[in-house]
Amino acid sequence: MIESARREAFKTVLPVLVGLVPTGVAFGLLFNTLGYPWYYAVLSGLFVFAGAAQFLSVGLLAAHAGLPAIFAATLVLNARHIFYGFSLTKRFPQNGWRRWYQIFTLTDETYSLLTAAKHRSREDDERFSLWVAGLIHAFWVAGCAAGAVIGRGARLETKGLDFILTAVFVVLAVEQALRVRRIFPFAVAGAAAAVSLAFFPGRMLLASLAMVTAVLLGQAEFGGGARA
Amino acid sequence: MLDRAYPLKAFAVMTAATFACRLFPFLVPRRLHDSRHLLFVGDSLPASAMLLLVVYCLKDTRFAAPPYGAPELLCVALVVALHLWRRNSLLSIGAGTGLYVFFLRSGLFERLFR
Repeated sequence: MIESARREAFKTVLPVLVGLVPTGVAFGLLFNTLGYPWYYAVLSGLFVFAGAAQFLSVGLLAAHAGLPAIFAATLVLNARHIFYGFSLTKRFPQNGWRRWYQIFTLTDETYSLLTAAKHRSREDDERFSLWVAGLIHAFWVAGCAAGAVIGRGARLETKGLDFILTAVFVVLAVEQALRVRRIFPFAVAGAAAAVSLAFFPGRMLLASLAMVTAVLLGQAEFGGGARA
Repeated sequence: MLDRAYPLKAFAVMTAATFACRLFPFLVPRRLHDSRHLLFVGDSLPASAMLLLVVYCLKDTRFAAPPYGAPELLCVALVVALHLWRRNSLLSIGAGTGLYVFFLRSGLFERLFR
């Protein structure tokens, strides 16, 4: 059965790699424009291991943002991950390094692949999940490394390329809109963004995330908002 | 001179923030997993967060002076339209960024608003 779990993981991961590897390469190329050693892009892929956050970091590093601002931005960006694990708490290994690794590698990609996979024996499932996570992680790091090595030495004209990040978030917002099919989360976010830009311009992300969470909790409590 | 330690510190901070988000559900007691507060926030917050990030990216755009943020707004509109039409992330992001690079480097809007 060991063999089949591995083979199945390879087959499951393959279609995702088509999008994952070029994105990693793009990150490597973009990161190189900052002028840091090329292997920094690899370290970022290995440890941060969050695509959109890594792209965001290019802009933040270029602007010499402070560490608290970088922390806040990453937190907001990965806020969607806060709710991924709920459907996997029972399924992941209950202890040991495998549990920590599965949690560490819980990206958009591993989440959607694992939750879509069909059930099998516990032992087989743990093996399959570990292979899926390991393959996604390895190919992401390889993509980042390839981009960084290709971009080494080449001076890319980067003017305007920072719009990639805006475009990534617009795409993610459209995906979310198609999923939730409600205006409310966006209306709350728009209002919170306006208020925090007016009153806490230096802490815009953290302030508005706190406001949004408070309003959503209030809506769940008083507004009969328990749809889901 | 680049501070070589700065990105590494940034990576450490980002790793901590990312891991904290991914770890959260595993720290919440099981009996709370089906609470309607958690379900509602979990359903809505990702949508809100993405809009916050779009605003964050555009917050330094000057909308009060020519070209009044027109390049940014046009490119965002293109990304939205393309994505609703084809739902192909690489296409939407590539075309939107391409158009923005073109706007910026051609100086089109400087000439239009002169």
